[in-house]
Amino acid sequence: MTAWQHFVETFCNPQIFAQYWASIARGMLVTVEIAAAVVVTGLGLGVALAGLRAYGLGLVNAPIVIFVDLLRAMPPLAAVLLAYFGLPSIGISLSSFAVLWLVLALVLAAFAEEIVWAGITSTPRGQWEAARSTGLGFSQTLALVVLPQAIRLGVPPLTSRTIAITKNTALGTVIGVGEILNQATAAQSFSGNATPLMMGAVAYLVLFIPVVALGRFIETRFRWRRA
Amino acid sequence: MRLNARSIGPSGQAAGASAGAILTVAGLRKNFGRTEVLKGLDLTVIERELVFIIGPSSSGKSTLLRCINRLEEPSGGSVHFDGVEVTAPGTDLNALRRSMGMVFQSFNLYPHMTALGNVTLALRHVLKRSRAEAEAMGRSALADVDLSDKAASYPHELSGGQQQRVAIARALALDPEVMLFDEPTSALDPELVGSVLAVLRGLKARGMTMLVVSHELRFAREAADRIVFIDQGRIVEEGPPSAILNAPRNSRTRAFVAELMR
Repeated sequence: MTAWQHFVETFCNPQIFAQYWASIARGMLVTVEIAAAVVVTGLGLGVALAGLRAYGLGLVNAPIVIFVDLLRAMPPLAAVLLAYFGLPSIGISLSSFAVLWLVLALVLAAFAEEIVWAGITSTPRGQWEAARSTGLGFSQTLALVVLPQAIRLGVPPLTSRTIAITKNTALGTVIGVGEILNQATAAQSFSGNATPLMMGAVAYLVLFIPVVALGRFIETRFRWRRA
Repeated sequence: MRLNARSIGPSGQAAGASAGAILTVAGLRKNFGRTEVLKGLDLTVIERELVFIIGPSSSGKSTLLRCINRLEEPSGGSVHFDGVEVTAPGTDLNALRRSMGMVFQSFNLYPHMTALGNVTLALRHVLKRSRAEAEAMGRSALADVDLSDKAASYPHELSGGQQQRVAIARALALDPEVMLFDEPTSALDPELVGSVLAVLRGLKARGMTMLVVSHELRFAREAADRIVFIDQGRIVEEGPPSAILNAPRNSRTRAFVAELMR
């Protein structure tokens, strides 16, 4: 057996492929579900926290800053394990799917908050003043004038961070969420062949190359010159 | 056009003593930390009057305008506008600012909105007009500043003069009682100044009450009813343009005017 044949046999075995493609596909579906839930809730919560922080209320801002710093400093894997094994001991038992979703959404929210907050602070004071001088209130100015600019300013870091964190859905494998990597490693151990890992890798590429392309499109679409 | 004063203020005290006074500033003081920028300033503006405010940089001119609509919080003194005490604690500032248009040196257009979007934002969200109604009003305001064809343009696609005219339209669309102009032409290339001054001239002809902080003395001579010279947080001298520009009595006014006229 040549080295090439050996490689094909181990990593691209058609029989193994035929046997396991359905479970990898199921894994893709789960990955998409978690990723979508994480993106929507994480970005939503991040923007909401940044907006809340703009009101400058000390009692609200201190917890926000602590939350953000903790989740940015903690490795997501550690957070996933801690939540999965720790929460039941304080009487909260969530499915592994829910734990993964919750942790990744909170991590994304923490990064998104910092990015959007940076955008809010770099929005020129004149924007606030112009809006307030036409009778718009603080909340209206924040929602209609400042946040749209802050978010646009944050689009490049937000897209790369969103992609990085949605790829972390692979961490679900350590707590038994049936996503791509979990299906692939299970199939690998049943079959004693590495083909499912290759299928998993391809599955990630199939899912995330369009996401990366979409991110690039969004960055171009929302870039606008400052007057 | 006149705003119902009673609906805004908590107290509804009478404004200044002068007949037809729409805006009365009394003993206005403003400190930034230890720096006293306004040191007790009195000013009464009559309806339809164009008051020109001149003075050296950091003399307090802009701070005066910004205290009048409380973008800056005055440290002392009072401002009455149309029978309402602006400086009273319970005053509904958002309601008040609807009837005081403000135009800034740096235009401050919203970069993520078209010219029409800039003009209609407050119409929709402050005056609560429907989108169609707001757009009709917005287009008419843009027509007033001769920019009907730029409704769909974004600020970065416009020249400085056009941007400033959009900013004026944004304020005018709310049908204000008074317009505050804070160095409206200072950020413009010289050849674009004329288009903005033309708009001010048009407003004057329509009887708009205006406070204009500017160094455009030639325009002041032609259009202002009164020139107020401010230095070091106080009004040093005021009077009709002919008096202030041709025969200033105070030596500081004389030096400043001479410097600008060179």
